[in-house]
Amino acid sequence: VSALLAALPIPDLTQHLPAILFYAFALLAVASAIAAATAPRIVHAAFGLMAAFLGVAGLYGLLGSDFLALTQIIVYVGGILILIVFGVLLTGRAKSALGLERQKGILPAVTAGTVLLLGLLLSLAGTDFHPKTELAEPPPTTADLGRAFLMPEQYLLPFELVSVFLLLALIGAAYLVRRRREPEPAPGAPAPPPAAEGRAP
Amino acid sequence: VTIGLAHYLAVGALLFCAGIVTVLARRNAVGVLIGLELILNAANLNLVAFDRFGPTPLRGTVFAIFVLAVAAAEAAVALAIVLNVFDTRDEIDVDEITSLKG
Repeated sequence: VSALLAALPIPDLTQHLPAILFYAFALLAVASAIAAATAPRIVHAAFGLMAAFLGVAGLYGLLGSDFLALTQIIVYVGGILILIVFGVLLTGRAKSALGLERQKGILPAVTAGTVLLLGLLLSLAGTDFHPKTELAEPPPTTADLGRAFLMPEQYLLPFELVSVFLLLALIGAAYLVRRRREPEPAPGAPAPPPAAEGRAP
Repeated sequence: VTIGLAHYLAVGALLFCAGIVTVLARRNAVGVLIGLELILNAANLNLVAFDRFGPTPLRGTVFAIFVLAVAAAEAAVALAIVLNVFDTRDEIDVDEITSLKG
Protein backbone atom coordinates (compact mmCIF):
# COMPACT_ATOMS: atom_id res chain seq x y z
CA VAL A 1 0.00 0.00 0.00
CA SER A 2 2.79 2.37 0.84
CA ALA A 3 4.46 1.70 -2.50
CA LEU A 4 1.14 2.45 -4.21
CA LEU A 5 0.79 5.65 -2.23
CA ALA A 6 4.32 6.67 -3.12
CA ALA A 7 3.59 6.08 -6.78
CA LEU A 8 0.56 8.34 -6.72
CA PRO A 9 1.32 11.90 -7.78
CA ILE A 10 0.24 13.53 -4.55
CA PRO A 11 1.72 17.01 -4.45
CA ASP A 12 3.63 17.91 -1.34
CA LEU A 13 1.45 20.53 0.31
CA THR A 14 3.45 20.84 3.50
CA GLN A 15 4.96 24.19 2.65
CA HIS A 16 1.55 25.53 1.69
CA LEU A 17 -0.08 24.34 4.90
CA PRO A 18 -0.26 27.77 6.60
CA ALA A 19 -1.88 29.29 3.53
CA ILE A 20 -4.34 26.40 3.23
CA LEU A 21 -5.29 26.68 6.89
CA PHE A 22 -5.60 30.44 6.61
CA TYR A 23 -7.96 30.23 3.64
CA ALA A 24 -9.99 27.48 5.30
CA PHE A 25 -10.50 29.45 8.52
CA ALA A 26 -11.05 32.71 6.65
CA LEU A 27 -13.65 31.08 4.43
CA LEU A 28 -15.39 29.60 7.48
CA ALA A 29 -15.42 32.95 9.27
CA VAL A 30 -16.54 35.08 6.34
CA ALA A 31 -19.13 32.64 4.97
CA SER A 32 -20.71 32.21 8.39
CA ALA A 33 -20.64 35.94 9.02
CA ILE A 34 -22.53 36.46 5.76
CA ALA A 35 -24.93 33.72 6.80
CA ALA A 36 -25.40 35.46 10.15
CA ALA A 37 -26.15 38.68 8.30
CA THR A 38 -28.64 37.21 5.84
CA ALA A 39 -30.35 34.28 7.56
CA PRO A 40 -34.08 34.97 7.71
CA ARG A 41 -34.47 33.34 11.11
CA ILE A 42 -32.68 34.74 14.09
CA VAL A 43 -31.74 31.28 15.42
CA HIS A 44 -29.94 30.49 12.18
CA ALA A 45 -28.13 33.80 12.45
CA ALA A 46 -27.01 32.81 15.95
CA PHE A 47 -25.58 29.55 14.62
CA GLY A 48 -23.84 31.41 11.82
CA LEU A 49 -22.34 33.64 14.47
CA MET A 50 -21.05 30.56 16.28
CA ALA A 51 -19.28 29.29 13.16
CA ALA A 52 -17.83 32.76 12.57
CA PHE A 53 -16.46 32.78 16.14
CA LEU A 54 -14.84 29.40 15.54
CA GLY A 55 -13.27 30.58 12.29
CA VAL A 56 -11.86 33.68 13.99
CA ALA A 57 -10.54 31.46 16.78
CA GLY A 58 -8.69 29.42 14.16
CA LEU A 59 -7.20 32.60 12.72
CA TYR A 60 -6.01 33.60 16.20
CA GLY A 61 -4.33 30.22 16.46
CA LEU A 62 -2.59 30.77 13.11
CA LEU A 63 -1.42 34.15 14.37
CA GLY A 64 0.25 32.44 17.31
CA SER A 65 -2.22 33.64 19.96
CA ASP A 66 -3.24 30.25 21.27
CA PHE A 67 -4.47 31.71 24.55
CA LEU A 68 -6.72 34.17 22.73
CA ALA A 69 -8.01 31.40 20.46
CA LEU A 70 -9.12 29.33 23.45
CA THR A 71 -10.49 32.38 25.25
CA GLN A 72 -12.46 33.24 22.13
CA ILE A 73 -14.09 29.81 22.17
CA ILE A 74 -14.74 29.86 25.91
CA VAL A 75 -16.03 33.42 26.22
CA TYR A 76 -17.73 33.95 22.88
CA VAL A 77 -19.06 30.51 22.02
CA GLY A 78 -19.52 29.36 25.60
CA GLY A 79 -20.76 32.62 27.07
CA ILE A 80 -21.95 35.34 24.74
CA LEU A 81 -23.52 32.99 22.22
CA ILE A 82 -25.40 31.17 24.98
CA LEU A 83 -26.66 34.55 26.20
CA ILE A 84 -27.83 35.40 22.69
CA VAL A 85 -29.57 32.07 22.25
CA PHE A 86 -31.31 32.60 25.60
CA GLY A 87 -32.32 36.04 24.39
CA VAL A 88 -33.81 34.49 21.26
CA LEU A 89 -35.58 31.90 23.40
CA LEU A 90 -37.04 34.37 25.88
CA THR A 91 -38.23 36.82 23.22
CA GLY A 92 -39.60 34.16 20.90
CA ARG A 93 -43.16 35.41 21.35
CA ALA A 94 -42.37 38.76 19.77
CA LYS A 95 -43.75 39.38 16.32
CA SER A 96 -40.39 40.25 14.85
CA ALA A 97 -38.73 37.11 16.22
CA LEU A 98 -39.95 35.02 13.32
CA GLY A 99 -40.29 35.71 9.66
CA LEU A 100 -38.22 37.84 7.38
CA GLU A 101 -36.41 40.86 8.59
CA ARG A 102 -37.31 44.35 7.60
CA GLN A 103 -38.08 44.53 3.94
CA LYS A 104 -37.43 48.15 3.10
CA GLY A 105 -34.15 48.34 4.98
CA ILE A 106 -32.23 45.51 3.33
CA LEU A 107 -31.21 47.26 0.15
CA PRO A 108 -29.75 50.39 1.82
CA ALA A 109 -28.02 48.20 4.40
CA VAL A 110 -26.38 45.99 1.79
CA THR A 111 -25.44 49.06 -0.26
CA ALA A 112 -23.84 50.71 2.74
CA GLY A 113 -21.98 47.52 3.62
CA THR A 114 -20.70 47.04 0.08
CA VAL A 115 -19.53 50.63 -0.27
CA LEU A 116 -17.77 50.40 3.09
CA LEU A 117 -16.15 47.11 2.13
CA LEU A 118 -14.91 48.50 -1.18
CA GLY A 119 -13.48 51.53 0.57
CA LEU A 120 -11.72 49.40 3.16
CA LEU A 121 -10.27 46.99 0.61
CA LEU A 122 -9.13 49.81 -1.68
CA SER A 123 -7.36 51.59 1.16
CA LEU A 124 -5.88 48.25 2.19
CA ALA A 125 -4.56 47.63 -1.31
CA GLY A 126 -3.07 51.12 -1.43
CA THR A 127 -1.23 50.88 1.88
CA ASP A 128 2.29 49.68 2.39
CA PHE A 129 2.45 48.29 5.89
CA HIS A 130 6.23 47.80 5.96
CA PRO A 131 5.79 44.42 7.59
CA LYS A 132 8.77 43.05 9.38
CA THR A 133 10.36 40.45 7.17
CA GLU A 134 11.14 38.32 10.19
CA LEU A 135 8.30 37.58 12.52
CA ALA A 136 9.01 37.16 16.18
CA GLU A 137 9.68 33.43 16.34
CA PRO A 138 8.38 31.89 18.42
CA PRO A 139 5.45 34.19 19.18
CA PRO A 140 4.94 35.36 22.77
CA THR A 141 3.65 32.58 24.93
CA THR A 142 0.79 32.53 27.39
CA ALA A 143 3.33 32.85 30.19
CA ASP A 144 4.55 36.13 28.68
CA LEU A 145 0.96 37.29 28.50
CA GLY A 146 0.33 36.41 32.14
CA ARG A 147 3.49 38.21 33.22
CA ALA A 148 2.42 41.30 31.26
CA PHE A 149 -0.93 41.28 33.05
CA LEU A 150 0.56 40.92 36.51
CA MET A 151 3.40 43.45 36.25
CA PRO A 152 2.44 46.67 38.04
CA GLU A 153 4.36 48.69 35.47
CA GLN A 154 2.50 46.99 32.63
CA TYR A 155 -1.16 46.03 32.67
CA LEU A 156 -1.95 45.23 36.30
CA LEU A 157 -4.14 48.29 36.92
CA PRO A 158 -6.23 47.93 33.73
CA PHE A 159 -6.55 44.22 34.47
CA GLU A 160 -7.98 44.86 37.94
CA LEU A 161 -10.18 47.67 36.67
CA VAL A 162 -11.69 45.53 33.95
CA SER A 163 -12.47 42.79 36.44
CA VAL A 164 -14.35 45.27 38.64
CA PHE A 165 -16.05 46.63 35.53
CA LEU A 166 -17.17 43.15 34.51
CA LEU A 167 -18.52 42.45 38.00
CA LEU A 168 -20.45 45.74 38.02
CA ALA A 169 -21.87 45.06 34.56
CA LEU A 170 -23.05 41.58 35.55
CA ILE A 171 -24.65 42.86 38.78
CA GLY A 172 -26.32 45.61 36.79
CA ALA A 173 -27.61 43.11 34.23
CA ALA A 174 -29.01 40.88 36.96
CA TYR A 175 -30.64 43.92 38.59
CA LEU A 176 -32.20 44.98 35.28
CA VAL A 177 -33.90 41.65 34.62
CA ARG A 178 -35.07 40.95 38.16
CA ARG A 179 -38.74 40.13 38.42
CA ARG A 180 -40.61 42.88 40.18
CA ARG A 181 -42.94 41.85 42.95
CA GLU A 182 -46.58 42.06 41.92
CA PRO A 183 -48.38 44.84 43.81
CA GLU A 184 -50.60 43.61 46.62
CA PRO A 185 -54.25 43.53 45.54
CA ALA A 186 -56.34 46.13 47.31
CA PRO A 187 -58.65 44.71 49.97
CA GLY A 188 -62.07 44.04 48.58
CA ALA A 189 -60.80 44.00 45.03
CA PRO A 190 -61.59 40.90 43.05
CA ALA A 191 -58.89 38.33 42.90
CA PRO A 192 -56.66 38.88 39.86
CA PRO A 193 -57.31 36.46 37.04
CA PRO A 194 -54.69 33.73 36.83
CA ALA A 195 -53.22 35.24 33.69
CA ALA A 196 -49.66 35.01 34.89
CA GLU A 197 -49.86 31.26 35.23
CA GLY A 198 -48.05 30.63 31.96
CA ARG A 199 -44.88 32.30 33.15
CA ALA A 200 -42.28 30.15 34.71
CA PRO A 201 -41.18 31.47 38.10
CA VAL B 1 1.90 31.73 -1.10
CA THR B 2 2.78 33.88 1.86
CA ILE B 3 0.00 35.02 4.14
CA GLY B 4 0.72 38.54 5.30
CA LEU B 5 -0.84 41.27 7.34
CA ALA B 6 -3.06 42.42 4.47
CA HIS B 7 -4.73 39.01 4.23
CA TYR B 8 -5.83 39.15 7.86
CA LEU B 9 -6.95 42.76 7.53
CA ALA B 10 -9.03 41.82 4.48
CA VAL B 11 -10.77 39.09 6.48
CA GLY B 12 -11.34 41.63 9.25
CA ALA B 13 -12.85 44.07 6.76
CA LEU B 14 -15.21 41.40 5.43
CA LEU B 15 -16.34 40.45 8.94
CA PHE B 16 -16.80 44.11 9.85
CA CYS B 17 -18.97 44.80 6.82
CA ALA B 18 -21.06 41.68 7.45
CA GLY B 19 -21.61 42.99 10.96
CA ILE B 20 -22.56 46.46 9.71
CA VAL B 21 -25.09 44.95 7.29
CA THR B 22 -26.52 42.84 10.12
CA VAL B 23 -26.90 45.83 12.42
CA LEU B 24 -28.54 47.91 9.71
CA ALA B 25 -30.84 45.27 8.25
CA ARG B 26 -32.16 43.43 11.29
CA ARG B 27 -35.35 44.49 12.99
CA ASN B 28 -34.96 42.07 15.86
CA ALA B 29 -32.94 43.64 18.68
CA VAL B 30 -31.16 40.33 19.31
CA GLY B 31 -30.16 40.32 15.64
CA VAL B 32 -28.62 43.75 16.08
CA LEU B 33 -26.58 42.30 18.95
CA ILE B 34 -25.36 39.50 16.68
CA GLY B 35 -24.10 42.13 14.24
CA LEU B 36 -22.35 43.97 17.07
CA GLU B 37 -20.51 40.82 18.08
CA LEU B 38 -19.34 40.37 14.49
CA ILE B 39 -18.00 43.93 14.45
CA LEU B 40 -16.12 43.42 17.73
CA ASN B 41 -14.63 40.19 16.40
CA ALA B 42 -13.42 41.93 13.26
CA ALA B 43 -11.74 44.63 15.34
CA ASN B 44 -10.14 41.99 17.55
CA LEU B 45 -8.81 40.09 14.55
CA ASN B 46 -7.18 43.29 13.29
CA LEU B 47 -5.63 43.94 16.70
CA VAL B 48 -4.12 40.48 16.91
CA ALA B 49 -2.86 40.64 13.32
CA PHE B 50 -1.16 43.99 13.94
CA ASP B 51 0.29 42.53 17.12
CA ARG B 52 1.83 39.62 15.25
CA PHE B 53 3.18 41.60 12.34
CA GLY B 54 4.00 44.81 14.18
CA PRO B 55 7.05 45.87 16.15
CA THR B 56 5.59 45.56 19.65
CA PRO B 57 4.61 42.02 20.58
CA LEU B 58 1.86 41.34 23.15
CA ARG B 59 0.32 44.79 23.08
CA GLY B 60 -2.41 43.97 20.58
CA THR B 61 -3.21 40.69 22.30
CA VAL B 62 -3.60 42.44 25.64
CA PHE B 63 -5.92 44.96 24.04
CA ALA B 64 -7.90 42.17 22.40
CA ILE B 65 -8.41 40.51 25.78
CA PHE B 66 -9.77 43.77 27.20
CA VAL B 67 -12.11 44.03 24.21
CA LEU B 68 -13.26 40.49 24.99
CA ALA B 69 -14.08 41.39 28.59
CA VAL B 70 -15.93 44.53 27.57
CA ALA B 71 -17.84 42.55 24.91
CA ALA B 72 -18.97 40.09 27.56
CA ALA B 73 -20.23 42.93 29.76
CA GLU B 74 -21.90 44.56 26.77
CA ALA B 75 -23.72 41.38 25.80
CA ALA B 76 -24.99 40.81 29.35
CA VAL B 77 -26.27 44.36 29.81
CA ALA B 78 -27.71 44.60 26.29
CA LEU B 79 -29.65 41.37 26.66
CA ALA B 80 -30.93 42.50 30.06
CA ILE B 81 -32.21 45.67 28.42
CA VAL B 82 -33.76 43.74 25.53
CA LEU B 83 -35.55 41.39 27.95
CA ASN B 84 -36.78 44.33 30.01
CA VAL B 85 -38.12 46.10 26.92
CA PHE B 86 -39.79 42.88 25.84
CA ASP B 87 -41.37 42.52 29.28
CA THR B 88 -42.87 46.00 29.22
CA ARG B 89 -43.61 46.47 25.53
CA ASP B 90 -44.08 42.88 24.31
CA GLU B 91 -41.99 43.90 21.30
CA ILE B 92 -38.32 43.83 20.36
CA ASP B 93 -38.62 45.32 16.89
CA VAL B 94 -36.13 48.19 16.91
CA ASP B 95 -38.33 50.11 14.46
CA GLU B 96 -41.27 50.01 16.84
CA ILE B 97 -39.51 51.00 20.03
CA THR B 98 -39.65 54.75 19.56
CA SER B 99 -40.74 56.00 22.99
CA LEU B 100 -37.64 58.17 23.33
CA LYS B 101 -38.08 59.77 19.93
CA GLY B 102 -38.64 63.52 20.27
